[in-house]
Amino acid sequence: MRPTLYIPADSGALALGAARVARAFETELLRRGLDVKVVRNGSRGLYFLEPMVEVETAAGRFAYGPVRAGDVASLLDAGLLDGGKHPLFLGETEKIPFLARQTRLTFARCGVIDPLSLDDYRAHDGLKGLEKAVAMAPADIVQTVTESGLRGRGGAGFPTGIKWKTVHDAAADRKYIVCNADEGDSATFADRMIMEGDPFVLIEGMAIAAIATGAQKGFVYIRSEYPHAVATMREAIRIATNAGVLGPSVLGSPHGFDIEVRVGAGAYVCGEETSLLNSLEGKRGVVRAKPPLPALEGLFGKPTVVNNVISLASVPIVLDRGAAFYKDFGMGRSRGTIPIQIAGNVRRGGLFEAAFGLTLGEIVEDVAGGTASGRPVKAVQVGGPLGAYFPPSLFTTPFDYEAFAQKDGLIGHAGITVFDDSADMLALAKFAFSFCAIESCGKCTPCRVGSVRGAEVLEKVATGVAREDNLALVAELCETMKFGSLCALGGFTPYPVMSAITHFPQDFAPRPRAQAAE
Amino acid sequence: MGMQPQGTETAARAAQIVEALRGVEGPLLPILHGLQEEFGHVPAEALPVVAEALNLSRAEVHGVVTFYHDFRREPGGRHVLKLCRAEACQSMGAEAIARQVQEALGIGFHETAADGSVTLEPVYCLGLCACAPSAMLDGEPIGRLDAATVAEIAAEVRR
Ligand SMILES: Cc1cc2nc3c(=O)[nH]c(=O)nc-3n(C[C@H](O)[C@H](O)[C@H](O)COP(=O)(O)O)c2cc1C
Ligand code: SF4
Repeated sequence: MRPTLYIPADSGALALGAARVARAFETELLRRGLDVKVVRNGSRGLYFLEPMVEVETAAGRFAYGPVRAGDVASLLDAGLLDGGKHPLFLGETEKIPFLARQTRLTFARCGVIDPLSLDDYRAHDGLKGLEKAVAMAPADIVQTVTESGLRGRGGAGFPTGIKWKTVHDAAADRKYIVCNADEGDSATFADRMIMEGDPFVLIEGMAIAAIATGAQKGFVYIRSEYPHAVATMREAIRIATNAGVLGPSVLGSPHGFDIEVRVGAGAYVCGEETSLLNSLEGKRGVVRAKPPLPALEGLFGKPTVVNNVISLASVPIVLDRGAAFYKDFGMGRSRGTIPIQIAGNVRRGGLFEAAFGLTLGEIVEDVAGGTASGRPVKAVQVGGPLGAYFPPSLFTTPFDYEAFAQKDGLIGHAGITVFDDSADMLALAKFAFSFCAIESCGKCTPCRVGSVRGAEVLEKVATGVAREDNLALVAELCETMKFGSLCALGGFTPYPVMSAITHFPQDFAPRPRAQAAE
Repeated sequence: MGMQPQGTETAARAAQIVEALRGVEGPLLPILHGLQEEFGHVPAEALPVVAEALNLSRAEVHGVVTFYHDFRREPGGRHVLKLCRAEACQSMGAEAIARQVQEALGIGFHETAADGSVTLEPVYCLGLCACAPSAMLDGEPIGRLDAATVAEIAAEVRR
C-alpha cells in the first residue's frame, strides 16, 4: 500500500510552522525517491501537538508531533512511512487521550479527510443527511431538527428547528440561508476549523436548511481575519456546484440552491445577526431592532435563517442518524455535543467535542492539564469577551446552557480562556469595557457612552481614587448597560466586568504603588 | 498624490472594479474590499464613483467605509502586521509582546513606518487562540510569538 501522509493546512497548524514542514517533506521525499501521497488536511484540533503529521499505513493511522521542519529527515530515517518509532511518535492518532475521550459528531471528519475531496467526504458518510433530506417533506426536516434538541451554537442557544419553522411557514418569493461565520469571540476557532477542515459539512447543512425552509440562496459571512477559511470555502462551493450538490438541482432534486461567500470587514458587532444582515446588504453594521425577526424580515426584507457555522454543520448528522441519536447525548435542555475550544494559558489547548455535561473543572484540569506556565489557575473566561470570569470555586459548573446562566455566566460559542495567577482582573474588567467601546455600533447610549465611562472609572479604581464610590458607579453603569442596550454587546459586557469584581475582589482592593505599576 | 492625472487614473481603475461587482446582491462591501485590494486603501477619489454606480449619496458610502475597522483611508505599508490583543492572547503575555513589537518596528498601533515598510494594526482575535499570542503578517498566521519571532518579523518586513 502506498502510504498517505497528512500534513495540516489549517491556519493554526500553519501558525506553528506547518508550511515549512510540508516543504521539508516535499524536498526530502523527492531526494529519497519515495512515492507518497500527500494530503493537506484540516486540524484534528490538538494544537498542543501541531503541526501534527499523520501517516496512513496498512497497519493504521499514526501521528507524530509537534513536528518542525528540522525533524523531517530524522522522521523519515526512523521509518515514519511505516509508522516507525521516533521521539515525536504519538501512536495511533485515535488513541491519543485528548482525542480518544471526545465524542466527535460535528467534527467527525475534521482533520481526517482531504477537505476539498468530495469523494473523501462521501467515503466518510458525507452527503447522507442531504440525501435523506431531498426525499423528505420540508416540514418533516424541520420536525427532525426540532426533535433533535439542537440549539444555536452561536451564543444565544435558540432552538434551531423552531427558527427554521418560522421561515418555513413564511410565504415569500425569496428566502435566504445566512451562515454566521463571523466568529469574533476570543478563544473560539471551531467555525474556522470546520471551514478549513471539512467545508462540505457546512455546505451540506446549509443545503438541508434551504430545502427545509424553501430558500434559494445562501451566504456564508466570514470574518476577514480568516483568509484561509475564505479560500477553502470558496473552492469547496465551486466543487460542490460542479458536482451538482449545489446549483439548480440539488442532488438531482427539484430544489435549487446556491451559496456565496462574503467577507466581513473587521467589526465584531457584525456577528450579531441583524448587524450582519445590514453588512451583507452593504450598510453600516448597525444592529436592527427586533421585531421584525430576521426569520420573517431578514436579508433584503425576506424571510431568512441566520445560523452559526456549528449549528448548520451539526444538521447533516442529525438527518443522517436521526433526531433520537443526537438527542441522546447531553444533559437537561442542552442536547447533543458541543465543541469546546480550550485556549489561552493551558498545557493542552485545542478543540474538544463532547456531550454537554462535563464540568468546567474537568475541562480545565483534566483535559487541558492546567496552565501552560505551570502556575495555578486563577480565572477562566467562558463564552468570549461577553462571558463571565469563573474562579476555581465554580469549577463544578457543568457545561449546560442553564447551569451557566444560573451562575451568572454563559456558554456562548463555547470558547474558554484560562488565566494563571498573574492575571490582573481589574485590567481585564477594564479591557471588557474598552472592547465594548471600540466595537459598539453606536446605536444605544448606555453601550456607546457607558463603556467609555466604565473604562475611565475602573482606571480611577486602579489608581486608588475614591475606590468604593467608583466601584458602586461601575455596578450602576453595568445595570444601565444591561437594561438599556439593544443587543448583547452592550447588554452582556457587564458579565465579564461584574464577575471579575464579584469573584476577585482582592484585585480591586487598594494596592501598594509598586504592585499597581507591575 | 492628488494631482489630476493620478486622480483620474484612480477613478478609472475604481470604475472597473465597481463595474465588475455592481451586479451582485449587496455589492458595496465586495466593492470596498476590491478597492482596498487594488489600492491598499480605499481612496477618496473612488467614493464618488461608487456612490454614483450604486445610486447612493457620497455621505452614505463614506459612512460605510468609516464604520468598518478594515478599510484604510490612507495608504498602508508594504506589509501589514495584525497583532492580536484579545483575552486569550493576553493570557499568554500579549501585552508584553505588543510592547516588543512596537519597539522593534518603531511605530505604534494604527501607524505606518516612516520608510513605508509596515503598518501595525491591532486585531481582536485571529482564531489562533490555542497558539497564543498570535499575529498575522500579510495574511499568514503566526503563533506562539516570543522575542525571537518578533525579531524575525521585524527583519522580514524591512527586507
Ligand atoms: C455582539 C454580538 C456578536 C455576535 N457574534 C456572533 C458570531 O460571531 N457568530 C455567531 O454565530 N453568532 C454571533 N452572535 C449571535 C447572533 O446574533 C445569532 O444569535 C446567531 O448567529 C444565531 O445563530 P444560531 O442560532 O445558530 O446560534 C453575536 C451576537 C452579538 C450580540
Ligand atoms: S448594545 Fe451597543 S452594539 Fe448593541 S445595538 Fe446597542 S450600541 Fe449597538
